[in-house]
Amino acid sequence: MSVASQDTAIRTGRVTRTLIYVVLILFALFYMLPLYVMVVNSVKPLSEITGGGMMNLPREFTLEPWFKAWSSAQIGVEPTGLSPYFWNSIKMVVPAVAISTVLGALNGYVLTKWRFKYDTIIFGLMLFACFIPFQIVLIPMARMLGLMGLAGTTWGLALVHVVYGIGFTTLYFRNYYAVFPTELIRAAQIDGAGFFQIFWRILLPSSGPIAVVSIIWQFTNIWNDFLFGASFAGADSQPMTVALNNLVQASHGVKEYNVHFAGAILAAMPTLLVYIVAGRYFVRGLMAGSVKG
Amino acid sequence: MGFLDIDNTTKAYGSVEVLHNVDISVQEGEFLVLVGPSGCGKSTLLNMIAGLEEITSGEIRIKDQIMNGVHPSKRNIAMVFQSYALYPNMTVGQNITFGLEMHGTPKPEREKAMHEVAKLLQIEQLLDRKPGQLSGGQRQRVAMGRALVRNPDVFLFDEPLSNLDAKLRVDMRTEIKKLHQNLGTTIVYVTHDQIEAMTLSTRIAVMNGGYVQQLGTPQEIYDSPANIFVATFMGSPAMNVIPATVRMQNGVPQAEISLHDDSKSLLPFSQANLAAWKGKDILLGIRPETITDIDGADRKSSNIAQMTNRIVVTEPAGSDTFVSMQLGGKDVIARMRSDAEVRAGQDFEFAVNMEKAVAFDPQSEDRIAP
Repeated sequence: MSVASQDTAIRTGRVTRTLIYVVLILFALFYMLPLYVMVVNSVKPLSEITGGGMMNLPREFTLEPWFKAWSSAQIGVEPTGLSPYFWNSIKMVVPAVAISTVLGALNGYVLTKWRFKYDTIIFGLMLFACFIPFQIVLIPMARMLGLMGLAGTTWGLALVHVVYGIGFTTLYFRNYYAVFPTELIRAAQIDGAGFFQIFWRILLPSSGPIAVVSIIWQFTNIWNDFLFGASFAGADSQPMTVALNNLVQASHGVKEYNVHFAGAILAAMPTLLVYIVAGRYFVRGLMAGSVKG
Repeated sequence: MGFLDIDNTTKAYGSVEVLHNVDISVQEGEFLVLVGPSGCGKSTLLNMIAGLEEITSGEIRIKDQIMNGVHPSKRNIAMVFQSYALYPNMTVGQNITFGLEMHGTPKPEREKAMHEVAKLLQIEQLLDRKPGQLSGGQRQRVAMGRALVRNPDVFLFDEPLSNLDAKLRVDMRTEIKKLHQNLGTTIVYVTHDQIEAMTLSTRIAVMNGGYVQQLGTPQEIYDSPANIFVATFMGSPAMNVIPATVRMQNGVPQAEISLHDDSKSLLPFSQANLAAWKGKDILLGIRPETITDIDGADRKSSNIAQMTNRIVVTEPAGSDTFVSMQLGGKDVIARMRSDAEVRAGQDFEFAVNMEKAVAFDPQSEDRIAP
């Protein structure tokens, strides 16, 4: 009997391995293609694009489309560029992500460490929120926002996203805290820490990985949301996604493809950044609790 | 009135009662060990003293103050948990002083108390480390430091040694005992390990099925177990329980037991009141160390009986040799000196110290009191 190999990877021959790499590289190139097209065409003058050759590298390099998309392109009726809408999105995303994450953490804390009667039913109902299609709540939500005097405001939009996000963030934190040792909570209770002291001093400092998961998930979803933005935002609170649509769908004048490409990249930039900065924690957080570490 | 009184206390989850009318009074400076198999309710009782579980009925008092419904932090207790429950994000020093900080002790006093405790437990060089960087024994010390620093009325230990390896467990056991002797604190200690219970305690409460089976000093529990459960739970190897019949000979009650070949042997009791059981069946309880070779018999005993029986297996364990045989149809273990000359299959002359033997009622399984 031979000694078992320590290496858990499947052993393959050189030929097979080369084949695997070739296929993987081809797939990677294929996936990168749209980004390539966007980047290349966003730094070309419009004449080069309309002249054909979408895949070609720019003969004349220019950042003009980027500046135009950011500050002077025609969005709807105003030639403001995307910048005011970018800040609208930031003003909506930051509070919405922060509030929904903190509330999710609190919910998870209560649902696992301060169990009460019917808590699993409550959790089940909150989970239900994850499965409700956006379209169903459009009209009731519009009515609610109207009643609260938040219709057409950035805060109203943030509120909608908080409400929609709580289901997910609660799910993340509850599952994370479920494997958090209850003895620690009990020790803190005996030490005299109260409900919020335990939360801030004991639980939250150990919640790094799952907080990152929650933030990435919420940030991406809220930033990329179009339906709620288009439905509930007023003219001066429209988020980036809606503005980008207005830029691209403009029905008059010349279609400035290079500006559209630049605008689209601008709109995608924040989520890309979040992934690049925090992405490695994302997988770690999703895996947390599944393996004893 | 004791220092810690558990007065007719019960615990029920819905309609399921898990603790039945527990009555224990602990004096100041006592080391009470709650021992029993898993699910006997010992940890539940400890959590009720700590205030982590509600009391269904009855009363728990510390220093004559009723503790029912009082928040754990207001009971002036400290607890050491099985998993140590050290806060992973704080340093050892912060772990130790967290309780003081929560109780509003000013920083200079906290620092002073921390250094005193760290010195006592020899963990001064660890104060800036995180719990994740400590070994099991070090974590155990930090957990005790966290309890000690509060200077509580009652210390509660919830199986604190069960996560340590065998050698460290023995060391820490001694350490805890020393600490108790030096500080004279009142301790309630939960364990399922009967050796820990015997070595550490001043009194033991043996629990099973939500009942306190017996409460007494280690010696009482060991020598005069209240029933068969206590007799077989405490002691390793367990007490031998052998079916026997009471016969009278020369006016002395005797236990008639059958040997390996179904021939009978009579062992005279020291307990005169067993005469009342004449002709009836009982269960005879004999500790392994009271069955020896003739030279190894206890010289101080006034009642050594002899019998010849066949040895089935011998197990030399270094310090002792365990010998097993058939008595009354049961496997019986004798614990002998390591140099006793025994061989499997041999017919051997045993000496039984009947002074230490106990008799149980086979119906109720309770001990027949002398």
